Amino acid sequence: MRKILLLTVFALASAVTYAGGYRVGVQGQRALAMGHTGVAVVNSAELGFFNPAGLVHLENQLTISAGVSAVFAEVAWQNSDTGDIARTDNPAGTPFYFNASYKLNENLALGLSVYTPYGSTVKWEDDWAGSHLVNNIQLQAIYIQPLVSYKIADFFSIGGGPIFVTGSVNFNRNLTRTLSDIDGNRSNVTIDASGVTEWGWSVGGLFTFTEDLRLGVNYRSEIIMHAEGGEADFENIPNTPLAPFQDTTFDAELPLPAELTVGLSYELNEKWLLAFDYNRTFWGVYESLDIQFANGTTSTNPRAYEDSSTWRFGAQYEATDKLTLRAGYYFDESPVQEGYFAPETPRNDSMGFTAGLSLDVTSRLAIDASFAYIRFDEVDASYNHYIDENGQNVPFGGTYKSVAFIPGIGVTYKL
Amino acid sequence: MKNYIKYFGILALGMVACEPEFENPVDDQDAYTSGEADFSNYVALGNSLTAGYADGTLYLSGQQNSYPNILAQQFAKVQETNGFTQPLVADNSGGLLLNGVQLPGYNTRLVLGVSESGPAPRNYGGAITTDVSNILTGPFNNMAVPGAKSYELLAPGYGSMEALMQQRANPYFVRFASAPNTTVVADAVAQDPTFFTLWIGNNDVFLYAVSGGVGVDQTGNLDPSEYGRNDISDPQVFAGAYSQIVSEMVEAGAEEGVLLNIPDVTSAAFFNTVPNNALVLNAEQAAGLTGYFQAVAGIFTQYLMSQQVPAAQAQAIASQYAITFNEGPNRFLIDVPVTQTNPLGFRQMTQEELLLLTINQAALKQQGYGTAAITPQVMEVLGILQAGGQPTQEQAQLVLNAVNAIDDKDALDQSEIQAIDAATAAYNQTINQVAQANDLALVDMNALSIKVSNEGIPYDAGTLTGEFAVGGLFSLDGVHFTPRGYALVANEVIKAINSTYNATVPKVNIGNYKTITPSND
Repeated sequence: MRKILLLTVFALASAVTYAGGYRVGVQGQRALAMGHTGVAVVNSAELGFFNPAGLVHLENQLTISAGVSAVFAEVAWQNSDTGDIARTDNPAGTPFYFNASYKLNENLALGLSVYTPYGSTVKWEDDWAGSHLVNNIQLQAIYIQPLVSYKIADFFSIGGGPIFVTGSVNFNRNLTRTLSDIDGNRSNVTIDASGVTEWGWSVGGLFTFTEDLRLGVNYRSEIIMHAEGGEADFENIPNTPLAPFQDTTFDAELPLPAELTVGLSYELNEKWLLAFDYNRTFWGVYESLDIQFANGTTSTNPRAYEDSSTWRFGAQYEATDKLTLRAGYYFDESPVQEGYFAPETPRNDSMGFTAGLSLDVTSRLAIDASFAYIRFDEVDASYNHYIDENGQNVPFGGTYKSVAFIPGIGVTYKL
Repeated sequence: MKNYIKYFGILALGMVACEPEFENPVDDQDAYTSGEADFSNYVALGNSLTAGYADGTLYLSGQQNSYPNILAQQFAKVQETNGFTQPLVADNSGGLLLNGVQLPGYNTRLVLGVSESGPAPRNYGGAITTDVSNILTGPFNNMAVPGAKSYELLAPGYGSMEALMQQRANPYFVRFASAPNTTVVADAVAQDPTFFTLWIGNNDVFLYAVSGGVGVDQTGNLDPSEYGRNDISDPQVFAGAYSQIVSEMVEAGAEEGVLLNIPDVTSAAFFNTVPNNALVLNAEQAAGLTGYFQAVAGIFTQYLMSQQVPAAQAQAIASQYAITFNEGPNRFLIDVPVTQTNPLGFRQMTQEELLLLTINQAALKQQGYGTAAITPQVMEVLGILQAGGQPTQEQAQLVLNAVNAIDDKDALDQSEIQAIDAATAAYNQTINQVAQANDLALVDMNALSIKVSNEGIPYDAGTLTGEFAVGGLFSLDGVHFTPRGYALVANEVIKAINSTYNATVPKVNIGNYKTITPSND
């Protein structure tokens, strides 16, 4: 029993992985308003994230784009066999970005971008029906990237730079479906790691066929986060050698997958611009997550993510001299495969509907606002890879429904 | 600029509406139906099994996992109810105090402790804080009283402190009786129940069984005032009480309800954990015991002949004591009444006879309990016999006295099991008839108890069985259920409700309910 209990507990790693699947595409209000397209759109310093090859094409010497969004994302779960229902009570996530581009000459621009492409907060009610998989999780990763953008020829420029990542994770779940202390308080564990740092890079290319038609390609590297010496804190453990849980430390690896984007932009006329982006996210790297605890136990958790695609469409309309309107749509394919659907990040295929505007307050300063509504189909799904304290594989399933609203605001400053 | 700000305001409004909505939410008013039943005021009647008693006592988390409480939570998903109240005890230690002093026999809960010799049940070391003199104010939907027999639910004064002092009342009912002279059923009826469950009668036969059959089978005696605690109630007494309880509940307005019948008592882990053939011998030990019992037979033959019994007859009588033991498992010997055909009053157990969980297992292993306590002095006499010598009368008596068969209180013999089975069958016939006569749902706990002990009940993480400590059904007293066991009972009740009353009450996942509690505290 002792060994078995140890094994189960360490299946906890799952949460981290699924949270990794929580890619938050909110890296620019202007791009987001257009379905988060932007690899071929020369519009603002948001290019620092979308395609640094485009920075050199910005008209002004200095361009700064910064903003923040509020992610209101909630998930509901229910099981009609038992009549159980649960809803998350997630605090709003606040992904932010800061992009600056400085043009040294006609052919060379330097930049600095800070953005948060990964992040997630999922907070279920403690001890809910799926609490052996997750009670709550918080994941954050901040990317900091110096950039260089160089125009090789009039029709082609490149750009890129190294990425410094700092991340943290905090995750709580119950140890099993039933273990509790003498008073019935459920035994649980919190793992916490912060200040985890790593390096990566991105590079992009931009083809300008005519003044109206551009094609962009951008690749952001895979970054494997190595959490070393994180804290594992066990609570409500009964006093018995049969449940030998003591606070310890852990090492784990969390891959943030590579992403390839190819896209087009076309200026229909002076007022209209259309954009299309295709993302391929290489989630296949998530085959398994292994967590090593300081007491010598290792937990191996099959993930079986698959590479996934996102198709994005956007349009921009210059309504007046001062007001620009935008709208977009995207279809986002989930990397989570059947039977691996866990409540840490219950992410099935989704559609995003976006809109936004920019308002020029002065000739130098514009306010950018965007709003995204993300629609998930109601889905019957289960996670079939939880091994309980007796070595039994116990599926956890039900009906999931998610929804997200993301209002955001930012500024663009040109000099 | 101001014009545009109002658009931001509209955007902000959108996020307020962020709530995922299911097409068919299970918390919708008409997601499920109660059919012809009305759960708005559910009252549960019963004994310890209905109170949520486990691990030898009543404690808080046990009550929270009582099957009526689980049922009430499911009922609340089907229709609006008045809630479900229970006479909760003060702690998770269990046990009872009376005016600050522990009531004898009401100890703390059993937990699974681990010592150097391995895991074993032991009493939890926490303080007992539930005092019987602290009378609770009701009404309570869960009216179950641990220890109650069928007719006691109708007995005035069963919850009287004064009667308790004379040991004529039940401390658990004293805690929450509405008045000293009330009855359990009167307090239930006073609540205007719309729905009820009744699981009573277990103790009318069960207390006899757990006492090892030391009580009296009172079948034929229609006066329960003459019954002792460990006696079997007469089936007519049971039938009379049972019918009256049901008719009072139905007349009070609970026209729909569920009756649970009496499980197969002897399928409980309490009777199936210590096997009757746990006497495992090597060849040498087997030969030694066989030789000893041959000596017993020989000595007793001589004794009978000395009492003028003809030789052939003496040999025929005494030969039953020349018991042969074999290498491997052997069945123990038990005490039986002394009769003309069995003048020494012991015999080897038969296959179906049972040992109780509470038997002294160390004595079985080390002190010859269940066979013979062969001392060096006995060995000496056996040596004399082997050498063809003639022991003295005193020495012969020493050999006979060494027989150490299992006491009546530690075993259920054939006749006791027959009495238990007969009473159980009679009670269940009554329950069946009362259910039919009143159009009430019936849960066949008898069939379920046999199914659990024979094949187990599959659930999402394995199979629930009746095996002690590890099977999942029985708590550490081997008699009462774990929360998972009570969840199984709740599901069986729901199944009966749904089929009888055309309801769609959702079941629970029994895998989410815990089993035994390990603790070294």
